[in-house]
Amino acid sequence: MTEPLLNVRNLKLDIPVASGTLHAVRGIDFDLKRGETLCIVGESGSGKSLTSLALMGLLGKRIVRKADQMTFDGTELTTMSAKELRKLRGGRMSMIFQEPMTSLNPAYTIGDQLMEALLLHKPVGREAARARAIELLEKVGITAAESRLGQYPHQLSGGLRQRVMIAMALMCGPELIIADEPTTALDVTIQAQILRLLVDLIREMNMAMILITHDLGVVARVADKVAVMYAGELVETGPAADIFAKPCHPYTRGLLRCIPLPGKTERGSELGTIPGIVPSLVGEVSGCVFRTRCDYAADACRNAIPRHTEGAHTFRCIHPDGMRHAEEVPA
Amino acid sequence: MLQFILKRLMLAAIVALTVSFISFSLMFLSGDPAAALAGETASGEDIEAIRTLYGFDRPMLVQYWEWLGSALTGDLGQSYYFKLPVASLIADRLGVTMTLGLCGITFALLTAVPLGVAAAIRPNSFIDRLSLFMSVAGQAMPSFWFGLILIVVFSIKFGMLPPSGASTWKHFIMPTIVLGYYAMPAIMRLTRAGMLDVLSSDYIRTARAKGASEVRVLFKHGLRNAIIPVVSLAAVQMGFMLGGSIVVESIFALHGAGFLAWESIGRNDLPTVQALILVFAMFYIVFTFLADVLNAWLDPRMRSS
Repeated sequence: MTEPLLNVRNLKLDIPVASGTLHAVRGIDFDLKRGETLCIVGESGSGKSLTSLALMGLLGKRIVRKADQMTFDGTELTTMSAKELRKLRGGRMSMIFQEPMTSLNPAYTIGDQLMEALLLHKPVGREAARARAIELLEKVGITAAESRLGQYPHQLSGGLRQRVMIAMALMCGPELIIADEPTTALDVTIQAQILRLLVDLIREMNMAMILITHDLGVVARVADKVAVMYAGELVETGPAADIFAKPCHPYTRGLLRCIPLPGKTERGSELGTIPGIVPSLVGEVSGCVFRTRCDYAADACRNAIPRHTEGAHTFRCIHPDGMRHAEEVPA
Repeated sequence: MLQFILKRLMLAAIVALTVSFISFSLMFLSGDPAAALAGETASGEDIEAIRTLYGFDRPMLVQYWEWLGSALTGDLGQSYYFKLPVASLIADRLGVTMTLGLCGITFALLTAVPLGVAAAIRPNSFIDRLSLFMSVAGQAMPSFWFGLILIVVFSIKFGMLPPSGASTWKHFIMPTIVLGYYAMPAIMRLTRAGMLDVLSSDYIRTARAKGASEVRVLFKHGLRNAIIPVVSLAAVQMGFMLGGSIVVESIFALHGAGFLAWESIGRNDLPTVQALILVFAMFYIVFTFLADVLNAWLDPRMRSS
């Protein structure tokens, strides 16, 4: 087995707030091999975006990051100097953000911003950078790429801007792309297009990707691995096929019930919901964080929660199979 | 861009015409010019004679047309007091005022923008509090008082700088500081607010994610966007400094255009006042136009609107 490209062990993110410390992310582990796609799913506020910003070293100054290990291609990220980290950012790992409308600088042309991404990292001339920008704009499906270089962000639609953001992230040919809900802010009709484009490019260029989303339909189509995040913890991780075939954690099953499946979900039947809200993470958090919303919660849920592992599939629950047997429809 | 500049130029011309009309009407709004010219002891016949001599009996629009025509050729009339052409009178005095205004705005920008940026980078830090203190003090302190304090300290106590006159560059140091310090607070607070806003924006995060250095993020991506409202403000301040340096010019006995305006108002020298208003207004118009062009260059979104 080859060394994973990204290896994260026991990552913790704390945010000091007026009433104490908000434990936004509490000891998560995951790893990713070259060319693999990991989807992190979960509700808003579960710590998905923070986790991705932590990997890029883009957290605000207030947020405290701790990890036993956080390596990229064997290099520890937590102890890296700011300068070394800058070389990595945009060069070997890059990020696509959720907000295409505001993520491009309004004062510079698309061409300038695309070329900057390359010129910051590679000792190439402006001509070569320009050629690369045109090449990538064409790759992300933008027509008349050359004339687009002189346009400003406000002259482009949201879909086009996100294509530009994708092209920008690819300028240096990174090994890892982190895409934080890249389609959430777009029209539904554009969402599928952009996502397909992204996935095709990732496969074509053999890049690893962390895709953050709350759309399980998307996950089913693109993920090699899935990590289900709830209130700052990874409650279940594993190969995508296992997660969809045998979702063990009650929260994962709850999420899956929330999406209608053509042919499977009966017309007129009620869609699943998970009642309640994510608990406050300020102060000490112990036991299972999902217990306040779980149908199978017991007293033991307040204590330490065992981890069940079957191959690469892991989940945390006091019930040995996460009470999956209770929900299975007898064949 | 060219289209934008032409549009702005046309707008500026319309504003200039309006201002010229208003400043011309001032002559009539401030009472009967013939009576003012004739003096307190003049008889009714004298006043009528003066009225015909200067053409005040004709319709106002005709007079305006004539006045505008000669103003465009550089003839702004005769000063009642100096008995000299107003144009050359103003030209003599404008150098001092322009120098002072340019020095003042430069001083204000060079101190306010770096302080504003520094304050925005570290909000609530020592430098932020210091700059806040300086701007509050600057706004609260009347310029005549600040000017006198400077004279007491640097001219009288230490004898380092001349207290009055305009013959050497040393004479301009204290007036520049007093005038510039007055404009500084607004520029500094606006820079700080703009920078704070820009630094929390998504495209700054994008720039960091690209691997741009902190200096590049702050200045190329940040300040370029934050400075846009500051440009407009500085243009207005600059216009204000040219017209409004009257107090500073009087304290330091700099005989500039502001001082001339103050004198002429006291002497009821209407053609001079009128011409000065026109000149100061033209400066405002020119600076606003320049600021618009500069802003359009900085912010591509403005070019299309």
